[in-house]
Amino acid sequence: MKELIDRLKKIVGDRFVSEAPEERYIYSMDMGTMPASAPDLVVMPASTEEVSKIMEAANAHQVPVTPMGGGLVLSGLTRALKGGMILDMKRMNRITEVNPKSRYAVVEGGTSQGMLQAYLKKNHPELKHSVPDAPPIATLAGNVCIHGSGHLSVLGGYHSDMLTGMEVVLPTGEVIRTGSCSVSSDWFGKAPLPDLSGLFMGWAGTTGVVTRLGIKLFPSYRYNDLLIFVCDDAEDMPDVISRLTSTQVAEDMTPWMTPIPEWARGFMHINIAYGAHSKAELTFKRNLLQMSVKAYKDKKTGGFLPMPPPQKNRYMKIPTPDLVRFADVRKGGGFEYVGAIMAIEHFAEAYRAGVEIAEKNEVSYSMGARIVGAGHSMMFFYAYAFNRADQADMARAQKALEETNAATLEMGGIPWKAELPAQQQIIEKMAPDTFALMNRIREALDPNHIMNPGNWERA
Amino acid sequence: MKHEEILHRCFRCGYCKLPSNYTDINCPAYQAFRFETYSPGGRMWLLRGWLNGEITNSKRFAEIMFSCTACGNCVEQCAFPKFRDLLLEVFTAGREAFLDAGHVPGPVRDYLTKIQLHGNPYGKPGKKRPEWAADLGVEPYADQEYLFFVDDVGAYDTRGQEIARSVAGILQQAGISFGMLSGEEVSDGNDVLAIGETPLFEELARKNIEVFNQKGVKKIITLSPHSLNAIKNHYPALGGSYQAMHYTQLLAFSMGNMSLQEDGPNHRITFHDPCYLGRHNWDYQSPRMLLKGLPGASVVEMDRNQKNAFCCGGGGGNFFTDLVSAEEDSPSRVRVREAAETGADYLAVACPMCAVMLEDAAKVEGLENRLQVKEVTEIVAEYMVGA
Ligand SMILES: Cc1cc2nc3c(=O)[nH]c(=O)nc-3n(C[C@H](O)[C@H](O)[C@H](O)COP(=O)(O)OP(=O)(O)OC[C@H]3O[C@@H](n4cnc5c(N)ncnc54)[C@H](O)[C@@H]3O)c2cc1C
Ligand code: SF4
Ligand code: SF4
Repeated sequence: MKELIDRLKKIVGDRFVSEAPEERYIYSMDMGTMPASAPDLVVMPASTEEVSKIMEAANAHQVPVTPMGGGLVLSGLTRALKGGMILDMKRMNRITEVNPKSRYAVVEGGTSQGMLQAYLKKNHPELKHSVPDAPPIATLAGNVCIHGSGHLSVLGGYHSDMLTGMEVVLPTGEVIRTGSCSVSSDWFGKAPLPDLSGLFMGWAGTTGVVTRLGIKLFPSYRYNDLLIFVCDDAEDMPDVISRLTSTQVAEDMTPWMTPIPEWARGFMHINIAYGAHSKAELTFKRNLLQMSVKAYKDKKTGGFLPMPPPQKNRYMKIPTPDLVRFADVRKGGGFEYVGAIMAIEHFAEAYRAGVEIAEKNEVSYSMGARIVGAGHSMMFFYAYAFNRADQADMARAQKALEETNAATLEMGGIPWKAELPAQQQIIEKMAPDTFALMNRIREALDPNHIMNPGNWERA
Repeated sequence: MKHEEILHRCFRCGYCKLPSNYTDINCPAYQAFRFETYSPGGRMWLLRGWLNGEITNSKRFAEIMFSCTACGNCVEQCAFPKFRDLLLEVFTAGREAFLDAGHVPGPVRDYLTKIQLHGNPYGKPGKKRPEWAADLGVEPYADQEYLFFVDDVGAYDTRGQEIARSVAGILQQAGISFGMLSGEEVSDGNDVLAIGETPLFEELARKNIEVFNQKGVKKIITLSPHSLNAIKNHYPALGGSYQAMHYTQLLAFSMGNMSLQEDGPNHRITFHDPCYLGRHNWDYQSPRMLLKGLPGASVVEMDRNQKNAFCCGGGGGNFFTDLVSAEEDSPSRVRVREAAETGADYLAVACPMCAVMLEDAAKVEGLENRLQVKEVTEIVAEYMVGA
């Protein structure tokens, strides 16, 4: 190990390699329920060249590498399951290009969501990117790699759909590019080439290290507004979502269902965010949205919630800190959620399953969803709070999460950014030849099995 | 450890690493070292691990704990209301526990020992304290309206002395009635308290309170925002209640008494908020009022300003202990680069520590021809009639 550490220090500088117990301790766990698993060292590269040299060194020494961005995935995917090094990517945080006409930005692999948000606000106020509700230090690369979604997902789909290209250091150290930037100096998109980006998305960092990526930008509106539709029957939700998305007006739609506060219990809410360049356009869009679900108002089974401006502003904050605050509902410092990617028509079933599992396990819960595309699918989340200082409470949350993962697969959904146990559940259900192909691809890319080993492997 | 019952509540979400506009990392220790361990959440989890016996003490652990500059960004930005108000107290309690257990980085030990022995971190005799005033003609405090309290840096550091002289000069020109002490006072103790050495802080504070009370001091103008914080927020609990203010707070309302030129030089000025005037005492406007009142000058803001200001790295004793020094990632170097990006030719400061930290950084960054670090009254002096 000493030889490797010396080599790494030559690559990134002494200050950015640590094998100290303090770093090994903190990087051994994330804020979710997965047990700790310590790395042998933590390395922080500053350039693609450095990442490439690190991968060469890791291969030479057969030492595992786990890439990490904000480390906020919550499902333990940035733990070093088989030791080795954590590659903390956050020093690679430059925004290298913004193309205002073709509407994309190119950022390094450790650039945070918050930094791009701030940069665009200051330098290109007419543009924005789709921001997830993860804390703003979360990275674009980490988010795209797990098929994240965010505030423009009704408009633009998953964040992996908004990807326009990537620069990736392969497990063996070669630097490759996917999308237009592999042929041209422009990063406008993945078409018309064979789409190699898929080799790196959804793989939990087991196929390479993303060192740069292009992401689509969208118009930023001068006038922005939010409506909240409410109904009390989960069975109505697929139709409501279908009607609202058919207007092609919303940027983001996020249903939420929570037992606290009391006034919200039992109701289905949908936050619908939309924007416009003028007041007239905003009114027009609002009318379209309201008209689309008028049938529910007429039947008196649904309607829009009147909202005082402070409450509206709170809901319109991007990202919203309310999700993080769920960790503090019982002053316990923890929560984790199952994000079930599934078809819209399973909404009611998904909701019922969530209530049942939470009540059975006696865990504090909050449920919600993010609609992706024009109702093409949703990420339905079941969040369970736990007290980090109480092992029994954590175990209860963990059990609820496992049961929710099982229920998700039962309903035809798929757990998103799956924890290790959920990965096993998915592999069990996956077409065997598909899993075999995944293994063949991995074998070809990573002959020494050093990239985030332990993930996407049959136990 | 005090507050240990809340350590587990930190989610390690990292809101506290950033300013509210997310432009860049805003925790100076995390900016310097970049390992999660140095972030506020990392500190919380390390302390919890330590108390749970999952991790033991070490030199590095102590350096992590003492590299916090007590800047208060985490308190401002943490996602959890109320909980966040206790963050600095938690970190101070952590350091206190380290001090009790004898786990102290060498520079911190030296810093505290010098203060213990000499009443100041320079290890110089108290009688040299008033030397900054030399031939300025500032009277010893007797029955003037204000006591002008000069901190350790203003009293003993060459650059600090220049600043103390400049401030005193402008106070005189503004017609303010003030006097000074003659070396019977000691360090204000602010950073000793932030470090967690509470008994030493109390000893220092009591000495100063005794001096102030003996002389019948009622109103105090401080040179340093650190002194302001100690005197205003911590001395009352020890029996010392005074009307304390920073010099910019008094001068902002005394501009009418100053003879300013009708049209002065057109400097472009950016202001660096000192943590102990801004985030700790919520005054972002007094220095800006002064600067904006200068005819011909324009004030431009850095991306991180006011409650989002990025600390120079000098707080929590780090001015003396230098535990956040990290080559080009040192907070002071990052901050002067940010100031230079505004196109300003003056970087205005209102704290002698910030002045020294940022001036040194501007030199190392090779910016001194483009960007001069100036204390606020030094700039005001350039706009006075006859300057
Ligand atoms: C309160 C809260 C709210 C959230 N809300 C949302 C939301 O609205 N939408 C959403 O999509 N997510 C959300 N998340 C989940 C998650 O935090 C985000 O998706 C986040 O963007 C992940 O980014 P990260 O940088 O933290 O990734 P990490 O956790 O660091 O990594 C995620 C995965 O990507 C891999 N990886 C990271 N960087 C690289 C790289 N450069 N190259 C190769 N692999 C890499 C890691 O190995 C890991 O497998 C939320 C999380 C929390 C805690
Ligand atoms: S201190 Fe607050 S903002 Fe920082 S990580 Fe902990 S909970 Fe999050
Ligand atoms: S007070 Fe400042 S330096 Fe200390 S942990 Fe908080 S943000 Fe970092």
